[in-house]
Amino acid sequence: MTALLSIEHLAKLFPVGGGAGTIARLKRRLAGGAQTLPKVHAVDDVSFVIAKGETVGLVGESGCGKSSLVRTLTRLVDVSDGSIRLGNRELSLKPARVFARDRDRARIQMVFQDAGESVNPRFTAFDAIADPLRRLRKLRGGALRERVETVADQCGLPRQLLTRFPHQLSGGQRARVGIARAIAVEPDLLVLDEPTAALDVSVQVVILKLLQRLKRELGMSYLFVSHDLSVVRLLCDRVLVMYLGKIVESGPAAAVFEHPVHPYTQALVAAVPRLHGGDGARLRLSGEPRSPIDPDPQVCRFYGRCPRGEDSCKTAMPALRRFGDREAACHFAEGFLPQPKVVS
Amino acid sequence: MTDLAAPLPRDSALVAFLRQTRYVIGENPVTGFAFALFLLIVLAVVLGPHIAPYDPLASDTAQALKPPSAHHWFGTDQLGRDLFSRVIVATRLDFFIAVASVALVFLMGGFAGIAAGFYGGWTDRIVGRIADTIMAFPLFVLAMGIVATLGNTVQNIVIATAIVNFPLYARIARAEANVRRDAGFVEAARLFGNADWRILIFQILPNVFPILVVQMSLTMGYAILNAAGLSFIGLGVRPPTPEWGIMVAEGASFMVSGEWWNAFFPGAALMVAVFCFNLLGDGLRDIVDPRRRT
Amino acid sequence: MTTAPALLVEDLSVEFRTRAGIVRALDRVGFRVGRGETIALVGESGSGKSVTAYAVMGILDPAGRVTAGRAMLGGLDLLNAKPSALAEVRGREIAMIFQNPRTALNPIRPVGRQIADVLIRHGNVPRREAPAQAVEMLRAVGITDPARRAKAYPFEMSGGMCQRVMIAIALAAKPSLLIADEPTTGLDVTTQAVIMDLIGELAAQMGMATIFITHDLALAGQRSARIVVMHAGHVVENAPTAELFAHPRHPYTAELIAATPDSAANLDQLAAIPGALPDLRRVDLPPCRYVERCPRKLAACAAPLPQPAPDTSHFVACWNPLPIGPETTTEACTVSAA
Repeated sequence: MTALLSIEHLAKLFPVGGGAGTIARLKRRLAGGAQTLPKVHAVDDVSFVIAKGETVGLVGESGCGKSSLVRTLTRLVDVSDGSIRLGNRELSLKPARVFARDRDRARIQMVFQDAGESVNPRFTAFDAIADPLRRLRKLRGGALRERVETVADQCGLPRQLLTRFPHQLSGGQRARVGIARAIAVEPDLLVLDEPTAALDVSVQVVILKLLQRLKRELGMSYLFVSHDLSVVRLLCDRVLVMYLGKIVESGPAAAVFEHPVHPYTQALVAAVPRLHGGDGARLRLSGEPRSPIDPDPQVCRFYGRCPRGEDSCKTAMPALRRFGDREAACHFAEGFLPQPKVVS
Repeated sequence: MTDLAAPLPRDSALVAFLRQTRYVIGENPVTGFAFALFLLIVLAVVLGPHIAPYDPLASDTAQALKPPSAHHWFGTDQLGRDLFSRVIVATRLDFFIAVASVALVFLMGGFAGIAAGFYGGWTDRIVGRIADTIMAFPLFVLAMGIVATLGNTVQNIVIATAIVNFPLYARIARAEANVRRDAGFVEAARLFGNADWRILIFQILPNVFPILVVQMSLTMGYAILNAAGLSFIGLGVRPPTPEWGIMVAEGASFMVSGEWWNAFFPGAALMVAVFCFNLLGDGLRDIVDPRRRT
Repeated sequence: MTTAPALLVEDLSVEFRTRAGIVRALDRVGFRVGRGETIALVGESGSGKSVTAYAVMGILDPAGRVTAGRAMLGGLDLLNAKPSALAEVRGREIAMIFQNPRTALNPIRPVGRQIADVLIRHGNVPRREAPAQAVEMLRAVGITDPARRAKAYPFEMSGGMCQRVMIAIALAAKPSLLIADEPTTGLDVTTQAVIMDLIGELAAQMGMATIFITHDLALAGQRSARIVVMHAGHVVENAPTAELFAHPRHPYTAELIAATPDSAANLDQLAAIPGALPDLRRVDLPPCRYVERCPRKLAACAAPLPQPAPDTSHFVACWNPLPIGPETTTEACTVSAA
């Protein structure tokens, strides 16, 4: 499959404490302290590829950097380091502020987590869906109305609801509005940030099936960010597991779920409540994650919380190594790999 | 609670807006009353000069200081002018002062505030310092100073009122814009190709507006009172222009000698107008804010 | 079941007065929680599970009214008790934790003080000793460095920590019943597991009964011995967990299971629940609120629903329940006539 999006050595750092402004810098200089601020390594040397037509899942606990990664990738914020290639084009060069007017803006779009928050409460559903069409496709009048209605039909949103405001719509209807406006400009890559988190389980099924159908019909790729591993397992071809700014594991979704390699993924999978089956109590994680502020580059990010911690874990950062179609960043990954089935 | 969808509206946005208006007015009798009063005031503004029985400027010293009677409902003032006509005609000027002041301060304070809240940094600092400077003065003294410097015309009274209220609007607008700066829909707007200035005007401002509306109706009342106060000390409009404040000022000296109607009727009109604007505030917000719609 | 239950809810009916009409939020809801037992109240939004808890605790929205029913906690009917009696019992015998820990805590009071407040009011702990015991409670809920954390404010703590504090506050006076309303929604799955473990351990230690309210069927199944399934203000099924998953009898329960992602191997196998919730403001609501979406409806379904008989292990509020498979359980499943 051809690569649609290629992320290489992406990094996003946030300065912390005191501010980066001119006056704050002057103050620090006068006080004789360090010139540079401590930084939160929200995204640290992340590399992956999304192929055309693929659905890639991104999982990780809060604070792992998924939101920062998503905002950097969709060019809502600037890149600290690394490259974002969409097709042939390097996207990281233009500042985020200016990217809103870029000709490739429409190629990456996003569906937000809470459609109640992410749709302007003073916009009707029609306005919300029309906005990207007005700005990015320059549609007006009759052509605009037609396109909005087509998209609403595609997303299963009844046309009468287009005149309503977000607070007058149900959760499922709001989710459809969020999806409709994202696909209205026919993006190549759609990033979905927990689109079904706030929905009832039955509505979630409908929305997931809708997303599946839209992907096929419009030939998009998806980056599906979620904390719900069961949903990721159903919808995604591949999954990336993030921890404290780094990708610690990747592979086919079903395989990672069935047989996680990295100790963090193992704990994550063990923690997911299952309808049938045990509760994996022996794999509970204790304590809080390490600090993401200026972390020691030689120490594994999971060290201290990992049930296994050896000397090599605190002297050398484990690299993301490839094992067939799986990747894992752990010194002891070999021991956790699924054993090949013996064929007699 | 059950997620109930309201019955489908099949009308356009305008009809829905009118229906919401009627609902809000019907629901709260106080709002309804304030609206009725407001309509009365607007009627007086529009029709004032036409329905005034006498020319408000025509003096007739033979009829000076006559108490209220069948000929002169509100009596006459010291120059024999019919007080009723003057009060009615003055509505137009006072209303203009109120509306113009509010419009000006909304533009100045509102835009400065949302820019400060949205961009932060130096914009925020500069707007903040301007507001601080204004607030350092006792507000009425500042208004006096501005009008004394620029001259006492109606325009300058409007400008003075707007400047004096600037910090309040800027602060409210800044706080609201600051909260919404990181809102999901602002990010979404960027994703859909909106430049920052578009986001400010089409995304943030419409959300800030309902909150400012309540403040605006209060400011209308304040503007009239401000003009009245300035007139009292001779910095208001110039005679013989009919304006409630100056009429109260001139009529005050006659209270002692028993000619109460000179100050009473314009004062009552002033009070009714300010009262009406204050009551209007909440009702207006319910109409303008779509979240209040069921 | 000869021992008295920790809580017995019978015929609970609640109405809400809204601008748009009267909403019959709960209709004859009934279930029991045995001493030390953990049950789950499961349903989608609009099912009335939270309303049930709020009604029992006496903290319904002012627009809500309990129109019928009893909630027996020991010998006291919570729904018809005097406010003074309720105030004694709330916090001491029955406690509740809520969904969003950060907003349920007082933002301007250090967490140690909030726990101490409960100890003093309900735990009969002298004022001087309360702070030290509060620190011990923090330790018991797994907060590291509890002496220092006791002086912290909720905004200084993570979501998981705030939830632990809320548990500490709820359990400070050692209640006999804990109601947990979506306690881990919004928390990471790893944190969720740890918090649920904690509640389970403390409940076992204290012999405390627990009612988990959740929309997550898998979570409910993992942590509770019995599941009560609610739909549109009705209890539709009430059974031990393993039994419910193996032999769901109410059509809604079966659909709910089929809609849970964990139950399907791929997306095509996942099924949405047909139809929609009925409008609870309707005056003409049928006795069975699922009938309009039900693929198994019969003429008999126009009759009022069956009520649970005492000592029924597996109750189904349905006139045409799904048949049990050949491997019938030994517990009697009764569908008694109304």
